[in-house]
Amino acid sequence: MQLTGAQALIKSLEMQGVDVMFGLPGGAILPVYDPIIDSSIRHILVRHEQGAGHMAEGYAMVTGKPGVAMVTSGPGATNIVTPLANAYMDSTPLIVVSGQVATGSIGTDAFQECDITGVTMGITKHNWLITDVNDIPRVVAAAFHVATTGRPGPVLIDFPKDIANASMEWYWPTSVDELDLPGYHPLSDGDPVLVRQAAELISASHRPVLYVGGGVLKARAAEALRALAELTGIPVVTTLMARGAFPDSHPQALGMPGMHGHYTAVTALQRSDLLISLGARFDDRVTGKISSFAPDAKIIHVDIDRAELGKVRTPDVGIAGDCRLVIEELLSAIAANGDAPVVQDLAPWWQQIHRWQEEFPLYYETTDGGAIKPQNVVEQLRDAAPDDTIVVAGVGQHQMWASQYWEFNHPYTWVNSGGAGTMGFAVPASIGAKVGRPDKTVWAIDGDGCFQMTAQELVTATSEQIPVKIAILNNAYLGMVRQWQEMFYEERYSEVYLSPDLPDYVKWAEAMGCVGIRAESPEDVGPAIEKANSIDDRPVVVDFRTDAFEKVFPMVAAGQSNDDIVVHPHQGTPSR
Amino acid sequence: MSAAQLTALAGGRTAKPHHHILSVLVENKAGVLSRVAGLFSRRGFNIYSLAVAPTDNEHFSRITIVVDVESAPLEQVIMQLDKLVNVVSIGELSPSEAVERELMLVTVAVGPTERSQVIQLVGVFGGEVVSVGVDRITVMLAGRPEKIDDFEGLLEHYTVVELQRTGRVALPRLDRH
Repeated sequence: MQLTGAQALIKSLEMQGVDVMFGLPGGAILPVYDPIIDSSIRHILVRHEQGAGHMAEGYAMVTGKPGVAMVTSGPGATNIVTPLANAYMDSTPLIVVSGQVATGSIGTDAFQECDITGVTMGITKHNWLITDVNDIPRVVAAAFHVATTGRPGPVLIDFPKDIANASMEWYWPTSVDELDLPGYHPLSDGDPVLVRQAAELISASHRPVLYVGGGVLKARAAEALRALAELTGIPVVTTLMARGAFPDSHPQALGMPGMHGHYTAVTALQRSDLLISLGARFDDRVTGKISSFAPDAKIIHVDIDRAELGKVRTPDVGIAGDCRLVIEELLSAIAANGDAPVVQDLAPWWQQIHRWQEEFPLYYETTDGGAIKPQNVVEQLRDAAPDDTIVVAGVGQHQMWASQYWEFNHPYTWVNSGGAGTMGFAVPASIGAKVGRPDKTVWAIDGDGCFQMTAQELVTATSEQIPVKIAILNNAYLGMVRQWQEMFYEERYSEVYLSPDLPDYVKWAEAMGCVGIRAESPEDVGPAIEKANSIDDRPVVVDFRTDAFEKVFPMVAAGQSNDDIVVHPHQGTPSR
Repeated sequence: MSAAQLTALAGGRTAKPHHHILSVLVENKAGVLSRVAGLFSRRGFNIYSLAVAPTDNEHFSRITIVVDVESAPLEQVIMQLDKLVNVVSIGELSPSEAVERELMLVTVAVGPTERSQVIQLVGVFGGEVVSVGVDRITVMLAGRPEKIDDFEGLLEHYTVVELQRTGRVALPRLDRH
């Protein structure tokens, strides 16, 4: 069967099981948009290519399937650089197909030419420039294989226009051996000797903590993790990337560690004698000052990316492997350990943990008749939403409050930009999430600064009938920057004020075909949420006018030790 | 001159204890060198020298990288390199377990008296005169990096016009047992 390159590309995507892709056409990618008309793949036309990338990420994070985005050459391709960088930091499987000028024009500074494989080399797991039409099926299959196996990540396929117009005899690779990837060997199970050593360390520990990262979700290991936690009785912290990997309602859940983590989660890591790190990478936002992080703890580090073992902290036992397989091996090793205790008596450890939980719970000040507290908005959204609601956040204070105050009881219900910290992520990512899981309620909790960066994608949501709900915690500031300027720059506020009224979020929402709702005082919050939840035929935007002076606590200042965690001023100062 | 004497004489260019040799087999595809070099720069690893050429199999090239491990632990450099999809395998060669060679071309300004001195020196080191001009001479020397260092050190007594070294290539020393 003879196909054009463009037809072969679309057919290859269909062969990979792609049911939806996000994109925006242009000159160089034009030939590929023609066969889309006849394809089974749903194409969602975005208003800016960055939106396509974040939508594909949101889709991938809730479905576990790779997200696919298609853009044209030059500025189309550079507009999707931020999503690629974001997906690289958060290990999200993302496939970007970019148009490119014809092979004969490459290097001539042709119209809309950009060396996008060069630009994205450092922020993709791998990328390809197709120079032979016969390579298309093989490269597409290789791209999906690389993006979804091992440590997942973004890939880019650069697709010159003449290749799209050339013709080839169709084939489809039937095995990994045909993908021409001689240097790519993703890991699977862990070394049994090391797994036994890990079981022995666990058996000897008095103050262990399961330090759970996003890798547990990528490995679909939530059930295995729960079995390990319940067998051992060890407390569990879930990082910003792992919220939902272990139920917050579980008695062993301590919440989120890190710069704005729960006091107990942060302090339990600090006082631990054994960290069992599963799919986490000792990020600076979790460890604080690395030299004083968990000083008494031995480290078991499980990661599918061998380079993470020892990158930041040298493990006592480092196991390279898939989290789910290694946890299952660990369960077997513990069972086979005979008379050795699973763990030491953890009662004193739990007593200590419960004291921390009682002494320093999450706290914010409530006053009658005052401004809307952003934390309270999150609590009311949480209490009014179905248990398996998908929550999506941008980056900043609202993101931290969403992570702190929501109760995540299911995996794949939390979508946010963790490593890259990409403002503007929430609106497009929530659209992608709703496309991936149309059966679920999707609430984006966004900031006013973030919302303004990518709000135009709500036009996409309306026209494609994707009924997401957006809660803007509108404090009229770039709130996290404002918080830092208040705390560390002597209240010298530099370029952080935005205005509560400009733009008018309700009118803007309505102009984009959404329902716009405003909540100006605490008594408006409940009815606004109720109204938003009653609408399911179009997107809803709620403008919550929140207290501009509210800060995120607890907080570990950048570069400080986690021992120096600061709680809300009303809670006093924790003793060291 | 013995190897030990040569090493003792060697100037500042020879591999130091914090230098390690990586022999990296890569796919012979466009952009691979850029991927390797880009990885080093974005991770803050330092390259001391680098040599690259295709192997006997046209599908693969071998890159010999001398890494300065004061910038990062060698293990971390290897693990990050190994993640590049086009990197097929990485061998670490400690200088004592490797045979290393390097080539140098150098043009020296020579008057009537220096000409014969330089030619003699080249002869002692087993080098070769590869181009002769009216008042210049270009010579080639291949050998152990220490030997090249030594020769380069002796040339300091003359006026070096241009000097180019290839960076070292290396393979494992063969086992005699």
